[in-house]
Amino acid sequence: MHMTTTTNTPYSPPAIALHWLMAFLLIGLFSLGLYMHELPLSPDKLKLYSWHKWAGVTAFILVLLRLLWRLGHRPPPLPAAMPGWQKAASHGMHHLLYVLMVAIPLSGWLMSSAKGFQTVYFGVLPLPDLLGKDKELGELLQTVHKILNLSLAALVVAHVGAALKHHLVDRDDVLSRMLPFRKLRQKNSLARTPTPTQSRTPSR
Amino acid sequence: MNIRRLILSALLVASGATHALEFTQFQADKSTLQFVSKQMGVPVDGRFKKFSAALAFDPAKPAAATARLELDLASVDAGSADADGEVVGKPWFNVKLFPTATFVSTAIRPLGGDKFELAGKLTIKGKTQDVSAPFSFRQEGGKGGNAVFDGAFVLKRLDFGVGDGIWSDVSAVANEVQIKFHIVVAPTAAGK
Ligand code: HEM
Repeated sequence: MHMTTTTNTPYSPPAIALHWLMAFLLIGLFSLGLYMHELPLSPDKLKLYSWHKWAGVTAFILVLLRLLWRLGHRPPPLPAAMPGWQKAASHGMHHLLYVLMVAIPLSGWLMSSAKGFQTVYFGVLPLPDLLGKDKELGELLQTVHKILNLSLAALVVAHVGAALKHHLVDRDDVLSRMLPFRKLRQKNSLARTPTPTQSRTPSR
Repeated sequence: MNIRRLILSALLVASGATHALEFTQFQADKSTLQFVSKQMGVPVDGRFKKFSAALAFDPAKPAAATARLELDLASVDAGSADADGEVVGKPWFNVKLFPTATFVSTAIRPLGGDKFELAGKLTIKGKTQDVSAPFSFRQEGGKGGNAVFDGAFVLKRLDFGVGDGIWSDVSAVANEVQIKFHIVVAPTAAGK
């Protein structure tokens, strides 16, 4: 059951790079967050917390860059054959992912301030404390950070599921166009390159 | 004769007042003992909620002043509930065996103006080290106002075995801990 799509250009290389960089970073941050939280207090725990905070700030910077890039570069259109509700769901999902990718590091930063532990990026660059020390607020923000993270995890599962469904069931280019070393299935998607047969050699 | 006695006693009181400007009454609720530790390069504020002091400071004779501080280590606020629970334990203060830390002054040296240097012996966890700290003195309000002493110094926690075992890793918690004291002392009550 081949879907026929008319246009299917890949994402721009910076969009692809930022997507995968953040994907690995966020999975790492999420796992580290869950793991470190359970540890008894030790020097290692302090180190893991710092690394988590530094990596989290990095994710925050990356998502801001990504949003900037995204403002100037609309993603390629979805396959025309996709039902309207699926397109709407896809857009809604992507918006929510952006919201969470901004809100999660922000909540972590605010939580740290409220708990009285300033964030010093890589141990050298102190970020301003946007909140004063406040125990209750710190605990509240910890819960917020956790709930946002669990929401992100649920959305990511749906996001990956949808991508795989496109790839394996619909057999379209929705996943391929985000892959770094892609081989698009639709010939016409390469219409803008003069010699389509040579330009896309499999590079895996 | 009555008049003469009156004048005499007035003179005595007056001369007594200038002499007896000695500060000895420690004001626990107005004084603070704070510290700043560095965790992964991040300064974290802490304090001791309970400590007492026995002092005698006469601004006219600072070199003769004495100070003795005793702090209840279990009253520590180390910045978070996690840290409070940890820092009273065996690797840190081990409050079961060493509930108090003491400081006893050995010398006070004027540095000019209202600045002084305090030297003494600090005992934590059974280990005694010489420490010294610059401090300033000022008197609040007018005559009879409280004396306020503010000072700070840096100690090395490992000199006292505070935070041994895994915690001797100074890349996680720095060896240097800044101590800040703000001590308020009232003058000796009249008549003494
Ligand atoms: C997108 C980036 C981030 C992700 C995916 C993430 C993920 C997580 C997760 C899953 C947890 C465990 C939650 C729990 O079980 O309570 C956690 C905890 C934590 N996060 Fe993040 N985080 C991110 C960014 C940040 C940032 C930027 C900071 C601070 C600057 C931060 C500070 C913390 C702290 C301090 C905890 C531990 C809370 C505690 O146990 O006291 N996080 N994070």
